[in-house]
Amino acid sequence: MSADPFISHQPRTPDAASEARLLEIRKEAEQQGKVKDGGIHPQGAPFPVASPETGYYGIHLLKEPQWTPDIPLYFFAGGAAGSAAVIGAMADWVGKDPELARSARWIAFGGVLASSALLIHDLGKPERFLNMLRVFKIQSPMSVGAWTLAAFGGSATASFFAKAAEKRFGSRFPVNVIGNMGQFFSALLGLPLHNYTGVLIGATAIPVWNKNIQTLPIHFGASGVQAGVSLLELMGHSNSRALNLLGIGSALWESWEGAHLETRGGEELRPLKRGLSGWTTRAGGLLSGPGALVLRLLASATNGTKSQNLRRAAATCGVLGSLLTRFGWVGAGNASARDWRLPLEIPKNPVTEDGAGENKQAASESLHIRAS
Amino acid sequence: MSMGNGLPEVNGHRTTAFLTDSTLCIGCKACEVACKEWNGIDADGLEWSGHSYDNTGAVGASTWRHVKFVEHEPIAGSGGNAADLNSWGFSSDVCKHCEVAGCLEACPTGAIVRTEFGGVYVQPDVCNGCAYCVVACPFGVVQKNKDDGRAFKCTFCYDRQKAGLKPACAKACPTESIQFGEIESLRRDAQERLRELHNRGMTDAQLYDPKETSVGGIHAFFIVRGDPKQYNLPPKPEVPTVYLREGWKASAIGSGLLVAGALLAFLSSPKKGRSGRR
Repeated sequence: MSADPFISHQPRTPDAASEARLLEIRKEAEQQGKVKDGGIHPQGAPFPVASPETGYYGIHLLKEPQWTPDIPLYFFAGGAAGSAAVIGAMADWVGKDPELARSARWIAFGGVLASSALLIHDLGKPERFLNMLRVFKIQSPMSVGAWTLAAFGGSATASFFAKAAEKRFGSRFPVNVIGNMGQFFSALLGLPLHNYTGVLIGATAIPVWNKNIQTLPIHFGASGVQAGVSLLELMGHSNSRALNLLGIGSALWESWEGAHLETRGGEELRPLKRGLSGWTTRAGGLLSGPGALVLRLLASATNGTKSQNLRRAAATCGVLGSLLTRFGWVGAGNASARDWRLPLEIPKNPVTEDGAGENKQAASESLHIRAS
Repeated sequence: MSMGNGLPEVNGHRTTAFLTDSTLCIGCKACEVACKEWNGIDADGLEWSGHSYDNTGAVGASTWRHVKFVEHEPIAGSGGNAADLNSWGFSSDVCKHCEVAGCLEACPTGAIVRTEFGGVYVQPDVCNGCAYCVVACPFGVVQKNKDDGRAFKCTFCYDRQKAGLKPACAKACPTESIQFGEIESLRRDAQERLRELHNRGMTDAQLYDPKETSVGGIHAFFIVRGDPKQYNLPPKPEVPTVYLREGWKASAIGSGLLVAGALLAFLSSPKKGRSGRR
């Protein structure tokens, strides 16, 4: 007998079992007037059909997001840059910590450079990004985001260079004004920049995203804060108590978000719990939620080198967690678009639950591959 | 937008529409071929899905008209061109040209516009390939061409309509399954056709034109037999702008939390963070 039951027409050597089976079929036919088994099922059987219960051959009607990995990386960079600008300005104005503010300007400026590079790379041609600034459309989060990033980029760059010049050549007009204005506006624009990407993906036709529109912006914002705080700590500010408090706050939010997602049911949330996207989202949530939280609490309960090491471990968790969170959510969107049942409001059949579903999934995927 | 004669108009032009009557479709794919030839679109190849006579699967970047082949075991009142033929239905799918179009609202460049005929048109010289329209379409129509990098979909033959002609698919359709005309008169034709089909025993024939959802009606409606779901027509398509209010509200709350959190963190910590907790 061949190892693969789907491969037919293999020459076989008759044996006792094969001959007994043939006699069994003969007996069944004699007694019943017909034979129950229909032969070997071909690969992929049962084949998908078009019907009110199975949609159109299980071919998903929604299109998958066509974003390259540049986009989740941009979500990370933009989130970190926006948060760092806000935290840096607060450190300067309230915390009286110019060193922390200076590092934050590095992250904001570097984050803008990375963001622009990633977006331009995703679009393919640099001049295409300029078309984003052709019009301003309040009803398009992509347009609002592009303008926010452009304006934030200008402010962050201005404050970065002006403050650097101030440090080197002394505070003189108009450099000091440019530096302060840049810092103010990058903090102001950093607020929408740090979390608008949650609105961007939430206000779409993709079920797993739009079902979470109420929490996604805060979730993505907390992820951005976690990344910003962690990067600042890894740049040598791992003894700033304020940063640890912010890290604890965002890790608390991320823990709540994880629990909120895990305890809710619903077919729409499946891609956040199953498959590669599910485990990526979960790993991201565990690292930036409970993982970072425990390490930060331990760090504030200890002193000296041990505390510093714990802070750096928490920061590493925070950066990795934020990255995984972005990739997990974008991946979940891809999986959600492929779930043909959701937009057709066809509930999962509990009897054929996974088997039939996987077949149809495979069928629609093979079609997708051929078409691309 | 009415101009006194009872016909909806956009900038003085008649608003046009498609009525695709699946009970007249013979599955010849003339519309697909005519569309590709007129618009100069890449071939999709002649590979079969293995499910049916369908070889393109869905509308997409290179398929602006797509004939669906709904084949299954005979189910009374499902598909078919006659009351006694109930197991094989064809329907030519196309961009719905929504009244409130998700792609148009989402487009950050202004590349996607509403034409004077009421159609939704992607200006290829403005599109920058951000692919945000792709996730904004509740019907899964518009798609980015991976080689070209820009998004494409049915233009409603804007060029032909400007020249006073029918779209290529409607012109090539040999059975008048694809009808083209002024939107309200087509809606009346659809109702009349439904009455006729019902009288002929096809009581499961229905018009797919989701007016009650946030897309507010479509400019390409369909007469199908049985449940529209088997034609991949969603029962409740929503334009994603309906999620904006909640999204920006959450964004504002998140920003408030960050400002409050940062203020509290720096106020409660000893000045000069470097001295830390030592």
